[in-house]
Formats: sequence, C-alpha cells, structure tokens
Amino acid sequence: MLHVEHLEPGSTPPPAPARVCAQPTACTHCGQPVPPASRDPAGGASFCCSGCRIVYGMLREHALDGYYSYRDREPGNAPPALATGRDYSEFDDPRFLDLYAGSRGDHRTLELLLEGVHCAACVWLVEKLPELVPGVTSCRLDYARRTALVSFRAGAPGPGAGAASGATTTQASAIARTLDRLGYPPHPHREGARAAIARREERDLLTRLGVAGASAGNSMLFALALYSGGFADMDAEQTRYFRLLSALVALPAVTWSAAIFYRGALGALRARRPHMDLPLSLGIVLGVLWGTFNLLRGAGEVYFDSLSTLVFVLLAARLVQVRQQARAELAAGSAHALTPHAARQLDAAGAVTVVPAESIPHGARVEVLAGDTFPVDGEVIVGASQADTSWLSGESEPQRIEVGSEVFAGTTNLMSRVVVSAERSGAETRAARLWREVERAAQRRAPIATVAERASAYFLIGVLLLAVIAFLAWLPAGAGRAIEVAVALLVVTCPCGLALATPLTVSAALGQAARAGLLIKGGAFIEALSKPALIVFDKTGTLTEGRLSLVRWVGDTSLGPQIKALEQASSHPLARALVRALSHVPAGTATQVEQHLGIGVRGIVDGRRVTVGAVASATAPLPEWADTALRGIERDGQSPVVVCVDGVLRAVLAVGDPIRPDAARVLARLRQSGNRLVLLSGDRTAVVEHVVRQLARQSGVRELFETAGGELGPEAKLAFVEAARARGERVFMVGDGVNDAAALAAASVGVAVHGGAEASLQAAGVFATRPGVEPLLELLRGSRRALGVIHMNLALSLAYNVAAASLCLAGAITPLWAAVIMPLSSLTVVSHSYRRRMFGVEK
Amino acid sequence: MSVLFVAVPVALAFAASAVLAFLWASRGGQLDDLDTPPLRMLHDDPPPRAPGPGVPLANARDPR
Repeated sequence: MLHVEHLEPGSTPPPAPARVCAQPTACTHCGQPVPPASRDPAGGASFCCSGCRIVYGMLREHALDGYYSYRDREPGNAPPALATGRDYSEFDDPRFLDLYAGSRGDHRTLELLLEGVHCAACVWLVEKLPELVPGVTSCRLDYARRTALVSFRAGAPGPGAGAASGATTTQASAIARTLDRLGYPPHPHREGARAAIARREERDLLTRLGVAGASAGNSMLFALALYSGGFADMDAEQTRYFRLLSALVALPAVTWSAAIFYRGALGALRARRPHMDLPLSLGIVLGVLWGTFNLLRGAGEVYFDSLSTLVFVLLAARLVQVRQQARAELAAGSAHALTPHAARQLDAAGAVTVVPAESIPHGARVEVLAGDTFPVDGEVIVGASQADTSWLSGESEPQRIEVGSEVFAGTTNLMSRVVVSAERSGAETRAARLWREVERAAQRRAPIATVAERASAYFLIGVLLLAVIAFLAWLPAGAGRAIEVAVALLVVTCPCGLALATPLTVSAALGQAARAGLLIKGGAFIEALSKPALIVFDKTGTLTEGRLSLVRWVGDTSLGPQIKALEQASSHPLARALVRALSHVPAGTATQVEQHLGIGVRGIVDGRRVTVGAVASATAPLPEWADTALRGIERDGQSPVVVCVDGVLRAVLAVGDPIRPDAARVLARLRQSGNRLVLLSGDRTAVVEHVVRQLARQSGVRELFETAGGELGPEAKLAFVEAARARGERVFMVGDGVNDAAALAAASVGVAVHGGAEASLQAAGVFATRPGVEPLLELLRGSRRALGVIHMNLALSLAYNVAAASLCLAGAITPLWAAVIMPLSSLTVVSHSYRRRMFGVEK
Repeated sequence: MSVLFVAVPVALAFAASAVLAFLWASRGGQLDDLDTPPLRMLHDDPPPRAPGPGVPLANARDPR
C-alpha cells in the first residue's frame, strides 16, 4: 500500500480521472471554455460564469454588442481582464476627487488607468461610456498609455439631482464600477513629474521636426532651381535672389530646430564626454558660417538645403527613438499600484468609512478584510491572520500575524479580518521609503557610454585631421580654394551612420523586442546586454513560481477526495494550495468539519474520521517512513502537511514554492555562453539551499551559481550589486519584487520578470511580459544581433564617408554630388536597420 | 521672370501658414496620441436600432 511519489515541479499531481469532454465551447464574452452544464443546447450565447453573462446582458441592453464583432475581427485577442467586483466608494470621497479629478463648474475630469485594454474593440467599448453611465459627458481612451480621460457632471446619480440645470449627474464610483464590470478595472492616475517632462520634451521635439521639415522642403526647391540654373542660363540677379531665399528659409531649421544638437554638444563639452551631437553641431555650424560667407561675397557654394535636410532627418530619427522608448516606459509603468488607494477606517462607534489611504492619520483604526492589501504600516490590535509579505521580504511562505504584530503597507492579509492601528501612511510607509531608495539608486547609476558615442569621438578627430590635411594640400592653389575644400569636407562627411542609423536600429530593435514580449527602456541597455556579465538572480517569483503548490506526496495517494473535502472549507494558504493541486479530483462529502488554528482541519468524510494538518495533528510516535519524509521536507525548507485516517497516519504532503520548469535549462545555457551566476534571496537559507541543489541536479551543472545566499534584505542586495559594479563588473539583476527594486535600479541592466511589483518594473531597464526566465535568453540573443547590425551600419557609413572624403580631397565634390551621396548613404543604413530581424527570431 | 519676385513670397506665405497650423496642433496636444485615432476610425457606427432584450433569465444557468 505504501507508495512514494516525488512530484516534479510543474507536473500535475495525482492522476486526474479521464474527463468526458466534447469540443469545449468558448464563452461568448471572454472566450474561456464553458463547463458542459451551462452550455446553451441551442448553440446560442454561452457563458463561463455569471459575471460574463451580466456584462453581455448589459451590452445588449444598451445596443453595444457591436463590441464582439470588433473584437473578433482580430484573431488572437486576449480575453478581457476579470472584474474585481469592488465598489470603489473611496472614489466619491471629496479628498479623493480633489486629488485626482479636476473640476470646472459642476464638471469634473478624471484620468483613469485601465487594466485589460488590449485591442481596437476596447477603444470602442470604453468610449461608449457616456451611453452606459448617464451623466458622463465624454470619455477618450489613449490606447498606448491605457488611460481614459472621463468627463462627467458630478453629483448624486439620477436626472437633475445635483445640478441646477437639471442635467443628469453621476458619481465617480459609478463610473469606476461600470468600467470594472466591463473588465477594465480602473486605477486613479496622476501624471507623474517625470512623465509630464517626457511628454513636454516629446512635443517639443515634434514641433522642431515639423519646422525643420518645412524649412528643408522649401529650401530644397530653391536649391533645385539653382542646380538646374547652373546648367541653363540664369541671370545673376535671380541667382542671388534664390540663394538669399534658400538661406532665409533654412534659417529656422539650422537655428531653432538644431538647437537641440547645439545644447547636447555644449553639455558634452562641459562634461568632457564624447557625444554624437558634437560632430553634428560642428558640421552644421561650420556649414552655416561658410554658406553665409559665400552668400555675402556672392561666390562659392551655399549649403543651406543639405544642412536643413540633415537637421530634419536627424530629428526624425531621434523622435522615433524617443517615442519607442516612452512606450516601453509606459507599458511598464501601467502596472498595478504598489499600495491600495482605499482604506476602511473605523470611527469610535466601529462604523466603516472608505477613505483614500494617504489621508489616514497616525493612530487611526483601519479594518483589513481577508484577501485585501494592507493600506498602511501599523500594528495589529484586533484579530489574527496570515500575511503574504513575499514582495517586500522575499519570503515565500505566509507569515503569522496576531495582536501586536507589525504589518506593512502593500503586503496582503490572507486569512481573516484584522484591525490595524495606523502608524505610517502615504509617503511615510516602508514601501514608499523603499521606492525613494530605488529612485536614488537609479540616479547614482553610472551612465553607459554607447558604441555610437565612443565612435563619434574618433569620427570627430578623424574628420578634423582630414580637414587640416585637405587645407594644407590645397594651399598651393590659393587660401580661398583651400578653405572651401576643407569646409566641403566637414559638411559632406556627415556622421549619418552614427546619428541616424544607430537611433533607428535601436528603435527598430526596441519595437521588435516589444512584440516579442520584452520591453526595453533604452538603447544603452541593448549594448550592455550583448556581452557576458555577472547575472544576479532573485529566487522567489523569479526562479520559482512565487506561489505555494503541492510539491511532494509520500504515502497513500488515493486520499485526494478526502483531503479536498476537508480543505475546501479552509482559507489557510496551505489548504488553498492543496485544493488547487487537487482540482481534477472529485471531492468527498465531509460532515462535522472543525478547524483548529495552528493544527488543521478535522471531520468525517465518507464515514471515516480524517484529519489534515500540521505534524502536531498526528499522534506520536510516527512511523519510520513518515519520519524520513518529514526530515526531508524540513531540510528542503518546505511546509509539511500530514493526513490521518481513523487516527492512523496515511500520507505526508509537502507544500512549497516550486522551481519554474524552464529555470534549470535557461541557467545552464547562460553559463554556457560565459555568464557568471549569483543567487540572492530574502528567503530562509534552507529554502535557498534546496533550490540550488534542485537546479544543479536538473541542469546537470554542478557549480551553477558562483554565490548563493539567503536571508538577504533589499539593502544587502543593493550593496552586493553596487560593490560588484564598483569592481568594474557588468552586472545584470533579474528579479520581481519590491525587495529587488533598488538592486534592479543599481545594476548595469535590471530585468524585471513577468508578474513583478510596480516598483521593480519601474526600476528595471527591461521588463518581460512573458512568464518565466526563458525571455532572458531571447533578450541576450536579440541584443547581440542588434549590436551586430549597429556595427555593420557604422562600417557602411564609414565606407561612404571615406568615398566622400576622397572625392573632397580630390577637389571633385560639388554640392550636387553632396546632395546625391548623403541621402544615398542614409538610405542604405536606414533600410539595413529596419530589414534585419533582431528579436523574436525562432531559434 | 520677374513674376517670381511676387509668386515665391506668396508660396512661402502658404508654407508659413501650414507651419503655423502644425505648431497650433502640436502645442495643443493633438499629435500626442498617434495610436488610438487609427483604431477609432475603424469604428463605423451601425444604424441605430432598438436596444436588444439582453439574455432571457430563463436561460441563465450559473455553473457555480
């Protein structure tokens, strides 16, 4: 009867009974499989749950079911997010409205960040909000930023209740509830200072680009007339007129639009760091000066058309890159908020008011229900429960909390209601302080000099040297001629390969990476990622699944129905893990179920007395096999669960945080390609050691990690990363929790894995939207390819420049030649950047 | 050819007005969001019809 089974991570525990299941019907609303019992036999609309049915009914009622046809036009659309069912009453608090919703008369405008916006149909549906909620006057969705701007008449719901005009009014909470039910849970949103600056800069860049475009286009018209006039006969007066016009028209481009480059160049000079803007500015300024001189003396070439076109093309490349980068920032920033916005404050009489969490004063009593997130830091004064603190401390197992325990904002209350006396709220909480630490680490990070910046320094020196040589070589032909050749050289040898090709390659790479599920927040990261490094991993949630699962089953494996029958009733995290693992097993019928805190659950199942619980629930002495199993479980840092039937111990189960199925393979591959690996975890050392042993066994590499440490707080991780960087090492940090955020920000490149906390997403340079560590391989491979394309472009543009420079030195260059060669070289590098696949290539 | 001395400034005035219109649009934030409008224009509204009856409650079976 004795049967020992070791469950491999990721496998499904006890064999599931074969399910008699015909072709699964998809839910009309969300597309998930519909259980056979609730299928419509007539083949009409079927739903997986009552939530989907309600939304479908609501849309039909308002004649908005066109949503489904829009959605079905794009195959492969993800199902809508699940409604949370919250009542959002904190949205009606005057303090909340003043914070988030600007008002004009009785109109208020609220900006909401929506989860679950993913396709054209979502845009359509969300913008139909005025038809669903009377009182909403307009709703505009920004698809890329996932934000909706909702204008509404504030007041009690119903016609004419609040406003003097008799118009229909509504409440912010009603709007939030409707969006939530549609599958777009809203979060209040205020544009942060950083985002506002980025947006202003982007707008400024676009304006400069537009002006440069108009300048370049018109200037080119005059240049064309001059070139063709050179072949036909053009009288001197007209030639002068056209030269003057081309200069005037180009003026805004080379002064105002190009000021961005001048500023960059001055900054680079002051910081004594090579920057692409330096050679660019030098070329433009010298070209303008020489062109103006020639214009005034009425002889020689004016370069205004080439110069303004150059400014236009360079600005276009820069804008494309800025937009691509901003998109990655946005996608990472629109994750869930760190701490909840609402808190349930108790007054003296014990009545609950829902208020914004930032406004909770010191000493206020706050109620936290099971499943809710703690809104403040404080001390438990009523109740006992368990808290999930994994994102703050990295500990994979729930922590017991009781009266007197300290709890932290952002951690989750798992079991039952507790009342907390608030100590710190808003910006004072530990989570907020950690976040400030993250921002400081991000500012301290040494910037990475990119290959383009380094190359531009050499380029600058080379071109200046060549210009001097050209001048000296042509001196015998007269000083005027010599200057002309030297300036032509400076203008013609444009660092297009650096200034144009690199930003475009980077933005093409960022775009391809985003489609492959990797959001990279800047070109410098791509370059850093292309070389081997010291890779630091977090454990919980990164190498492991980050949630409790059944990992081992020793003894009688036929007890599934009995265990499920008892544990179904319990909300204990271990019980939930067992029920999840037994989802394919039918539950037995349990009577007289009793729960004992700290011991377990006991009851009569199918006529037999069954207990499921901690080791203390079994009667000593334990049989030898159970002792062995328990020792192993203890060693591996997992939580044991024992099952007794009629007082006899029948099975020992272990619940732990299983290792991700792809982890060992990915780590072995990373080792092969020359990286060094380190594991730093906030979890107990026993758990960390077990994970290291398991990974070594699965991957077949004995010394997988150079160092592996447990019980390390956020500060220790940060210190490790900073120390390694101070030694001059390239450090990648891979993690998911708030406890990793500071280290993510301090590393050369921080990679936040899927499902991470908002803080880590914002701190990291790269954010993977696919689960697991597998995307890391793709990231390194794609970055290597992207750097290859950048090098290729640099070589191409070098070749062009050598050709142009030799023509110049030979004195054969005319503005016409310059006008042909420059766009040709740009075109080659641009098409090369865009046609190469870098990310998302099959292996 | 002296007509050029009049025609060219007129053409430039047109160009300048286009630049001003562009400045107005970009300063006002009209070009901030380039992703949503291309999706929005695909939404041709169907001719108005009477609201549907929703799903008959008799058909409502909750699996849970």
